[in-house]
Amino acid sequence: MAKIIVEVMLKPEILDPQGQAVASALPRLGFTFAKSVRQGKRFEIEVDGEPTPAQMAEVEKAAETLLSNPVIETYVVKVEK
Amino acid sequence: MSFRVGVVTFPGSLDDRDAARAVEMAGGTAVPLFHASDDLKEVQAVVLPGGFSYGDYLRCGAIARFAPIMNSIVTAANHGFPVLGICNGFQVLCESHLLPGALTRNSNLHFLCRDQKLKIENTNTIWTNGFKPGQEILIPLKNGEGSFQCDDETLNMLESQGRVIARYLDFDPNGSRNLIAGISNERGNVVGLMPHPEHAIESLTGPSTDGLTFFTSVLHQLVGR
Repeated sequence: MAKIIVEVMLKPEILDPQGQAVASALPRLGFTFAKSVRQGKRFEIEVDGEPTPAQMAEVEKAAETLLSNPVIETYVVKVEK
Repeated sequence: MSFRVGVVTFPGSLDDRDAARAVEMAGGTAVPLFHASDDLKEVQAVVLPGGFSYGDYLRCGAIARFAPIMNSIVTAANHGFPVLGICNGFQVLCESHLLPGALTRNSNLHFLCRDQKLKIENTNTIWTNGFKPGQEILIPLKNGEGSFQCDDETLNMLESQGRVIARYLDFDPNGSRNLIAGISNERGNVVGLMPHPEHAIESLTGPSTDGLTFFTSVLHQLVGR
């Protein structure tokens, strides 16, 4: 069984108030390493066996139409074994 | 005869009853439409109400976009059928690509509920023709993800084509680009609005009766056809 991972991030030019809130909470806990934080989403999709090129194309399509909104977000598809 | 205006109920819609009531107050007949059917029941216009369709999971409006009723609405809207999306309805219209841009988390991260002043910028759309150009109105605004975002090119297009129909006045509630509260498509039959006109149709329950004009506008337009 393999896992297909889709990671969705807001485009760099889109304001990410959630990421900013996390970034401002970190120093309050003594973590001073972060210059900035951006928050995204990760989808883990299980498939039987090795994903076929046809399945990957389908996932790509799903990522573009449902899992992300291309107006504000970008996505990356990868396979985890 | 009375004109039939559909109001769609998605799982998680909250303001469908108020929207239907606003249609009736304006003199139309409100027709309930259900998300799982593609039947528009011969309505002459549609309102997509506020709420949290499908729990707002994934992104607001993202799953509602694939409801069977939306297939019929998108096809009809592309042929000039009047559609008004309020709050969550606006988010659904953006996710359906009937309107450009997207609605994102309010810049201050708070869910906001307040009576909001707006300036009506475009009175040529099917839904705003009853307003005077530049008219200031007061209607409720209540959302967590109302920040209108788009790229510079889209913003310039919206501004140069006069497709911003309303802007926030006196107070920036959510960090929307150019204080945009509502936009229309190129033809002016599809309008999305973050604040809630359907909650401002009677002085007993609303901060004004300004919201009623959105609903009388579409009915006047239908009469003239």
